[in-house]
Amino acid sequence: MSNEATVHGHSEVTTHEVHHDDHHGHHHQDTFITKYIFSQDHKMIGKQFLITGIVWAIIGGLFSVLFRLQLGFPDQSFPILEDLLGSKWAAGGKIQPEFYYALVTMHGTVLVFFVLTAGLSGTFANLLIPLQIGARDMASPFMNMLSYWFFFLASIVMISSLFVQTGPASGGWTSYPPLSALGDASEGSKAGMDLWLVSMALFVVSSLLGGLNYIATILNMRTKGMTMTRLPLTIWALFFTAVLGVLSFPVLFSGFILLLFDRHAGTSFYLSDIFLASTQKPLPNEGGSAILYQHLFWFLGHPEVYIILLPAMGMASEILSTNSRKPIFGYMAMIASLFAICVLAFLVWAHHMFVTGLNPFLGSFFVLLTLLIAVPSAIKVFNWLTTIWRGNIRFTPGMLFALGFISMFISGGLTGIFLGNSTLDIHLHDTMFVIAHFHIVMGVASFFGMFAGVYHWFPKMFGRYLNNTLAYIHFWITLVGAYLIFWPMHYEGLAGMPRRYLDVSGWVSFNQFDGLNRFISIVSIIVFAVQLLFVFNFFYSIFKGRRVKTPNPWGSNTLEWTTPINPGHGNWEGEIPEVHRWAYDYGKDGRDFIPQTEPVSATESKH
Amino acid sequence: MAQAVPAEQKWWSGGKSPFNVEYGKLMMWYFLMSDAFTFGAFLISYGTIRFSSNNWPDPNEVFQSFPGLGSGYPLAFVSLMTFILIISSVTMVLAVQAGHAMDKKSVIKYLIWTIIGGLAFLSCQAWEWTHLHHEGAWWGSNPFLNMDGTKASTNFTNFFFTITGFHGFHVFSGVIINIIMLIMTINDVFERRGHYLMIEKAGLYWHFVDLVWVFVFTCFYLI
Repeated sequence: MSNEATVHGHSEVTTHEVHHDDHHGHHHQDTFITKYIFSQDHKMIGKQFLITGIVWAIIGGLFSVLFRLQLGFPDQSFPILEDLLGSKWAAGGKIQPEFYYALVTMHGTVLVFFVLTAGLSGTFANLLIPLQIGARDMASPFMNMLSYWFFFLASIVMISSLFVQTGPASGGWTSYPPLSALGDASEGSKAGMDLWLVSMALFVVSSLLGGLNYIATILNMRTKGMTMTRLPLTIWALFFTAVLGVLSFPVLFSGFILLLFDRHAGTSFYLSDIFLASTQKPLPNEGGSAILYQHLFWFLGHPEVYIILLPAMGMASEILSTNSRKPIFGYMAMIASLFAICVLAFLVWAHHMFVTGLNPFLGSFFVLLTLLIAVPSAIKVFNWLTTIWRGNIRFTPGMLFALGFISMFISGGLTGIFLGNSTLDIHLHDTMFVIAHFHIVMGVASFFGMFAGVYHWFPKMFGRYLNNTLAYIHFWITLVGAYLIFWPMHYEGLAGMPRRYLDVSGWVSFNQFDGLNRFISIVSIIVFAVQLLFVFNFFYSIFKGRRVKTPNPWGSNTLEWTTPINPGHGNWEGEIPEVHRWAYDYGKDGRDFIPQTEPVSATESKH
Repeated sequence: MAQAVPAEQKWWSGGKSPFNVEYGKLMMWYFLMSDAFTFGAFLISYGTIRFSSNNWPDPNEVFQSFPGLGSGYPLAFVSLMTFILIISSVTMVLAVQAGHAMDKKSVIKYLIWTIIGGLAFLSCQAWEWTHLHHEGAWWGSNPFLNMDGTKASTNFTNFFFTITGFHGFHVFSGVIINIIMLIMTINDVFERRGHYLMIEKAGLYWHFVDLVWVFVFTCFYLI
């Protein structure tokens, strides 16, 4: 089915090209380097983030396939692994324990930071902020470019850590001391850990440069008439995302500096009273607190999950409304709940630490604040559902992924209520239940938001469509597969099956899950293969996809669709359009949609 | 819905900056907020560890030397350092003021004074660090006893060197920024632009670094 057919039914066929590709000839000469590499055009930087993110997603996803092989088939060996990875990591075709921990650590780090932070908000904040608020570019295109290149540097350092002799960091994506602070404690705490810290510090710089730019651009550069309450919800979501990043990453940065000193300068910020089994030596450190690191880490770590989730929420809001041909339900309530989530995100970090020995009295406050997040989250869910309620839904690939996002967010959000209770968390915390919860609510849901965004804005990015057939295959297998992978993990977790373990076959009580584990592993390989299908679709369609023939293929109200099909640097050819209304006038007064640029007429009905 | 805010509202209606500042200044403010969280995290970590320790060295005992005079002058030297830094904030204000008046000569004069103040502060810090180092203090080693005479953990010096060092690094980068501003002023860059906004932004950073010192000073020397 073609996109035009999906969007316009059978009747409308647009044939004329409204704009040509090469209209921006009046710009100064762009060389290959200034146009594609050191570009200061926000659209190109967005694409750079996206493509780097895709590369990282393949790497991070492949890691999960590797350790799922171990979890699903603990007693089998795969000789091909030894051929590919060498005898140090996969001796005899079996994944070695050190390597297993390196894999899970890198899987977490890569997907949380490099894919779902940089790849998601880096891509769409860059692409959408100037286009949707009506600006020619970011406030500081140069800093914006630096933001990408710091991310690139961070990527290089992280990649190189995979190839050092002692292997990459392997103490978990949270890198808790004392393990991460003591090089003698494990292979993964040696050079790999230093590279991890350096890479993450560069990442913080990148995120700061980007975030400052996003905030300044949204506040300062809105076009005439674009009041804050006329902004599309994508922009509101990206705004709060940037605020969260600017205020929480520096705390992580401080935590990392203290950790570096503990590693190399003989300090005891996080260390106290340690006897190291590997060297049979007591360490002189005293007075430090390992819990301190956890506080510093989770002060970022919790806002981080909203840094990941909010852009997906914003894009889903936009795509659901556009493709239901109905105004978003409860626009102000959406903004208010984004704001509430943003504030609460800073007040709940210790719910990751209920089992660390935190004072139970203190824990009860964090339980209360954590459960409070259910309120704005539920408001958003009900608003999405009411938006599509009785809508004239067009099942474009973007819309399907946005719907899938809601489904994932509900399923994963509900188990969050279980885990937010400190008493239940004592049982569930170190089990597969937690894996199931956060993968569904944060990982898969955000991925669905990201896919929705890619399918929806691909025509804006490249002037071509993604292939729909492949898109539908991608959607259905990913949706069904994600549930098949993560749903059973809830049962395993409730039964007490621990997470992080290399092999649980030594416990008779978990033998009942052998078949289930194999099943999960097989499905995850299938789902990974389908993501490669998407990657193929993505790159194929950049060059060979069907051309977009009309500037506004989805019949959308927002400003990015008033630019030429392939906008040059500067986005609009003439004046920047003025905005006269909010972004959600769909199905109003008998009209399918009314773009933001159209003045409000005297006869128009009120909302 | 969208009509909840009247379209003719003045500052937020788009097409202009709601705070009437250009983006660079806005970014500087947000950067300072972010940096405040960095220092906040450091100081809260310090507080956490200090209050979980049974005892702590007495700053009046540790910081009582003055160059050329020997020991017995508790907190005298650090007071001088603090005074120098605060005076450099005053000269920075005067430089910004002169920038508003497009008075290039005064901008140059006060920027030079600010740079001298910053360098003087850094020199004082270098002297203090060297002095403490000679007494045996460094990351991972603490010669000073607790107030009650028991042996102290190394976290007193660990935090002292890390946090004052991080602050000193900020002062250092502030001096570099001010030197760049000075060169740009001398080369008439701001005259050609018609405004001295960059000086104002550098000033914001400089005042922030001073303000942070007030907290660092309080936490390490006074309490």
